[in-house]
Amino acid sequence: MSRLLAALLIGAIFGAGLVISGMTLPSKVIGFLDFAGDWDPALMFVMVGAIGVHMGTRWLVLRRDQPLFDEGFVSGLATHIDGRLIGGAVLFGLGWGLAGYCPGPAIVSVGVGGATAWTFVGTMLLGMLVARRL
Amino acid sequence: MTLEVILAPLMGGGLIGLAATLLLLTHGRIAGISGICGGVLGDRTADSSWKVAFLVGLVVAGLIAFTQQPEAFEYGEDRSLAAVAVAGLLVGVGTSVGSGCTSGHGVCGISRMSMRSIVATCTFMVAGALAVFVINHLLGGAL
Repeated sequence: MSRLLAALLIGAIFGAGLVISGMTLPSKVIGFLDFAGDWDPALMFVMVGAIGVHMGTRWLVLRRDQPLFDEGFVSGLATHIDGRLIGGAVLFGLGWGLAGYCPGPAIVSVGVGGATAWTFVGTMLLGMLVARRL
Repeated sequence: MTLEVILAPLMGGGLIGLAATLLLLTHGRIAGISGICGGVLGDRTADSSWKVAFLVGLVVAGLIAFTQQPEAFEYGEDRSLAAVAVAGLLVGVGTSVGSGCTSGHGVCGISRMSMRSIVATCTFMVAGALAVFVINHLLGGAL
């Protein structure tokens, strides 16, 4: 139970971070990606804050033998750089620029963002299912 | 550029980084939203339930935030629903094939200095900028 409650709470903290940083506004994301227009640096500061805190604290966690609610830390993360990585990132980036949503902010907005967020999350889930067959 | 313009994104980002560390501490996992989301679509595994709980947490945060600050959300006036539908499909396929999104590759991957994630992040940023350039500057901003 505490395992689920912790995940719920951490999801909520993550979601609050996305809202506070302005990332639930697609116009801000598009503004960051619009280097030829009126550039909005907000997303850069979000990345600096997120990477700064995570990089600065993750090593403390990894000194432990195991996480609180699991047997071990995730291991064997892929390191190879191949066509699937690049091709997938290109498709993701095109969709990100097209809508101004990436998965996190879209899911945070699904209860309140209206038809835009529902449509985006709906076709995103469909895309994830389709991709399993690729 | 006022301090507030910098401070809110930095603080919000800090919370995202903190959440990523907490998920590592409690579940030992990478806080990649596309991976967590895709993980609940297939067959049920031992991890399905905490992934659902995490996603519910994201949605609940949005609902609570909306009661405090409705202007933090948008209804996509700039893009048509058809364009948004295509975008969702591209993001779903792309994050599955490319194994991650802004959180998994961008925040968590770069934090552990993974060259694979750095390459992925640079690639989707360039692709995103290209899409915005074409739409905003070649097609007149509406799609």
